[in-house]
Amino acid sequence: MLFTGDPSVYDIALRSLQVSGAALGLALLAGTPLAALLALSEFPGKRLVVAIVNTGMGVPPVVVGLVVALFLWRSGPLGSLNLMYTVQAMIIAQVIIALPIVIGLTFAALQQLDAGYRLQILTLGAGRLRLFFLLLREIKVSLMAAVMAAFGGVISEVGAVMMVGGNIRGQTQVLTTGIVQDVSMGEFALAIALAVILVLITFMTNYAMTLVQQRGSRVA
Amino acid sequence: MSAGTAIIEARDLSVAVRGAELVHVQRFSVESGEVHVVIGPNGAGKTTLLRALNGLIPASGELLFEERPVRHGRDRLRLRRHTAAVMQVPYLLDTTVRGNVQSGLKPRGVSGDELHRRVDETLEMLGIARLADRRRRGLSGGEAQRVSIARALATRPAVLFLDEPMASLDPPTRRALQADLTGILRRLSTAVVWVTHDISEVAAVADRVTFLEGGHLVQEGTVASLREHPASPTVAEYFLPGGGHAPKAGDGAAEGDVAESSGAADAGSATAEGDVTDASGAAKERIGDA
Repeated sequence: MLFTGDPSVYDIALRSLQVSGAALGLALLAGTPLAALLALSEFPGKRLVVAIVNTGMGVPPVVVGLVVALFLWRSGPLGSLNLMYTVQAMIIAQVIIALPIVIGLTFAALQQLDAGYRLQILTLGAGRLRLFFLLLREIKVSLMAAVMAAFGGVISEVGAVMMVGGNIRGQTQVLTTGIVQDVSMGEFALAIALAVILVLITFMTNYAMTLVQQRGSRVA
Repeated sequence: MSAGTAIIEARDLSVAVRGAELVHVQRFSVESGEVHVVIGPNGAGKTTLLRALNGLIPASGELLFEERPVRHGRDRLRLRRHTAAVMQVPYLLDTTVRGNVQSGLKPRGVSGDELHRRVDETLEMLGIARLADRRRRGLSGGEAQRVSIARALATRPAVLFLDEPMASLDPPTRRALQADLTGILRRLSTAVVWVTHDISEVAAVADRVTFLEGGHLVQEGTVASLREHPASPTVAEYFLPGGGHAPKAGDGAAEGDVAESSGAADAGSATAEGDVTDASGAAKERIGDA
């Protein structure tokens, strides 16, 4: 099935990448500046905010799915947007899953970085944006670990995308939810094909990200 | 700017953290072309003063850069874009030597041929042109500090802040870099604020010396005037012949050192002509200065 190029299999794989890729991108876009803000500022209740972010890393995806579903349900506060059972709803749920992972791990890496770097970068005449990007470059190894952890968290999760996407074949089904459905229907060959693709995608993306992470790590 | 004009001037400058005053000086200035050395024991407030003058940390009082007040964030950014700093630790960025030396030029709008010319020229000046494509992990401590100095000098700063740049180097490396740096500073006539523990390191280039203790200015003058008429026993220990203070184990330690209060400094007793003493010389408990 893998080698004959079943279009439905590749359609599901592509959707998985689309949903998890978009969710990861959005989580990075929002999460890294929030992590920097948290690491570089002092305010009352900062430890509580950090604890909430850290708790977010451990919240089960199914709970995130439930909350997003409550908001997007027809009678919910955002029901008028008609996003329930769409790819967009799945992306929203996965952003919420990935965001605490990105913020929590990036914050920890920035906090561990010698404060002298921030001052030295400021002496170079850097404004806020340049300071932000240069600090991210200094924590590249940890940042890429955060990216891999967040990607692993969303590409492998089932509960949230199932709940808000509805697992509709050809529309909102992704690799993980496809495996669940195929197993429940006794379609083991298809389930195995999807599982192999899922593992391959996870390996290839992590391999690519590891190359980025380790680039320049050799001496000289 | 004509020689003798104050490029940076601080009046009644004070830095406090959580109610504890780390440094308070009535007046401090850096004039064009001069090397102004700030010396004093651990916890004296030297690094804190340097950072306040460089617009890196908030301070109360008045700070003027090229006769314009530094009050808001944009003033501090302007100040930082016209000055440069070398710290005790080189803090090289995760890129090549060339990339590091370029890093201060880009925010100042230097690009293209001019950028490459300045980078090559400065690498040559510091004797590290052969290291241009090396990454920071492949550099020795002395090489890394040379890159840090090159990065600062490439920006052609109005004022160069040096915060114990030799403190973490072994004696032979220190002597070689010291000789090169003093030669370069003589040639360039850049205004410099040089924080050090060791007067012998800077005696050859120091135009003016400020002695800090307990966060307060104890005495200001030339090396000769402080040597001949020290305002306190601590100053004497640093300046009297044979009393030269070389860094001891633990000196120049990381930021965050907590120094014990050393009692009241003998302020106000300077007698040498041209010496300036800070009337508020009482030492206070000091936190967070290296």
